[in-house]
Amino acid sequence: MDLTLKIWRQENPKAKGKFETYKVTGISTECSFLEMLDILNETLIDKVQLPINFDHDCREGICGMCSLYINGRPHGPDDEVTTCQLHMRKFKDGDTIVIEPWRSKAFPVIKDLMINRNAFDEIIQAGGYVSVTTGGIPDANSIPINRADAELAMDAAACIGCGACVAACKNASAMLFVAAKVSQFALLPQGKMEAQARVEAMVAKMDELGFGNCTNTYACEAECPKQISADNIARMNREFFCAKVS
Amino acid sequence: MSMSLVTLSSVTKKFVMAFAGIFLMVFLVVHLAINLCLLRNDGGEWFNAAAHFMGTNYVVKVFEIVLMTGFLIHIFFGILLQIQNWMARPVRYMVTNKTTTPFLSKYMIYTGGIVFIFLIIHFMNFYFREIGLVANDVTMGEGEPNFYQVTINLFSNTTYSILYIVLIATLGFHLNHAFQAAFQSLGLNHPKYTPCIKGFSTVYSIIIAVGFCIIPIFFMFFK
Repeated sequence: MDLTLKIWRQENPKAKGKFETYKVTGISTECSFLEMLDILNETLIDKVQLPINFDHDCREGICGMCSLYINGRPHGPDDEVTTCQLHMRKFKDGDTIVIEPWRSKAFPVIKDLMINRNAFDEIIQAGGYVSVTTGGIPDANSIPINRADAELAMDAAACIGCGACVAACKNASAMLFVAAKVSQFALLPQGKMEAQARVEAMVAKMDELGFGNCTNTYACEAECPKQISADNIARMNREFFCAKVS
Repeated sequence: MSMSLVTLSSVTKKFVMAFAGIFLMVFLVVHLAINLCLLRNDGGEWFNAAAHFMGTNYVVKVFEIVLMTGFLIHIFFGILLQIQNWMARPVRYMVTNKTTTPFLSKYMIYTGGIVFIFLIIHFMNFYFREIGLVANDVTMGEGEPNFYQVTINLFSNTTYSILYIVLIATLGFHLNHAFQAAFQSLGLNHPKYTPCIKGFSTVYSIIIAVGFCIIPIFFMFFK
């Protein structure tokens, strides 16, 4: 298939970027979206032009490194997949594909389509952990955990921190990410101990970093490649309220 | 004071919006109940009695202050949140977002803005007249405003009636998302009850919108 690509090019974080148009030809429908970009980059290198920078790592849909806002949707037109798991069979021959980086004040562009998602790491550093003293491994059955809570915690922990929630949200809000991280701990006895301090610290850091506010449009939930539910946001709000009043 | 409101956490601001919103939604039910008195063929006796009660009862007077505060808080935080949200994405996307979301959820600030314009028109016609900010030219007895007559005068104008219906419909769209969103913001979420809340949200918004719209339609076609 032959495609026209409109890709955001930006030399560095301070440069004023612009869209450049490229043509790619003979792309297989079996090709992944990132492989298609690899092919484009090969042709650019052959022409002694700078290749397009974009984030990627595992290419198996689990690392959360790939991003890309493709034709108005984070991770492109397929549902519940990351960009690396998006295949060209989702497009038609002759299509024009517009590729933009995630847009958020908290996610500045490093170069071209590559963005800095350190903001998520900072939120995790603020409280997204369980403090443990070192020592022997506790017996697996010494802490009874409700099966339903374990499942919900696992669902929340499936968040790979890709930032699609921020990219999709009309307010560039990171609520779904923070809520998933707060929930995965708050649901489990090991995490309950620090739950109050955690939710306050993580929300404060999220606000400090310049993410927007949630207005319950649920675009985050719709675009999350790991199907993290917006129910987690309600849980985070609840946790936050309890932390503030206690 | 204003700076401390700006720097409140995002979740706290959501809470405040939701609380104020729920209070306003409860008030709308009371308001609708009073408005429906207009449908009685009693020359406005019940409606004016209700208006008199609302304008003179001391408990209502206290709630009037709470209500006005609720309006101001909801509007202030609505605008504040929107400005912060715009600032959170300084460079916009070239392609408009194509994510499937509940249609009305994306336009709350716009439907809210339209409702605010309606509120000002409504205050000019009724509330400001009662508190003396607008000249009161339609009176009954001892200079008390005759709100039944004010209503009849307004709804005798077809353009006003149609505008009223359009604005109330916008309010209905605002409420449709607002009701269930308030519960989400307050963290009141449950797999069993949330679908009921969402269903009730639709029913509530339809009742409010249709309820208020019946009155101008009644005056246009049956009076």
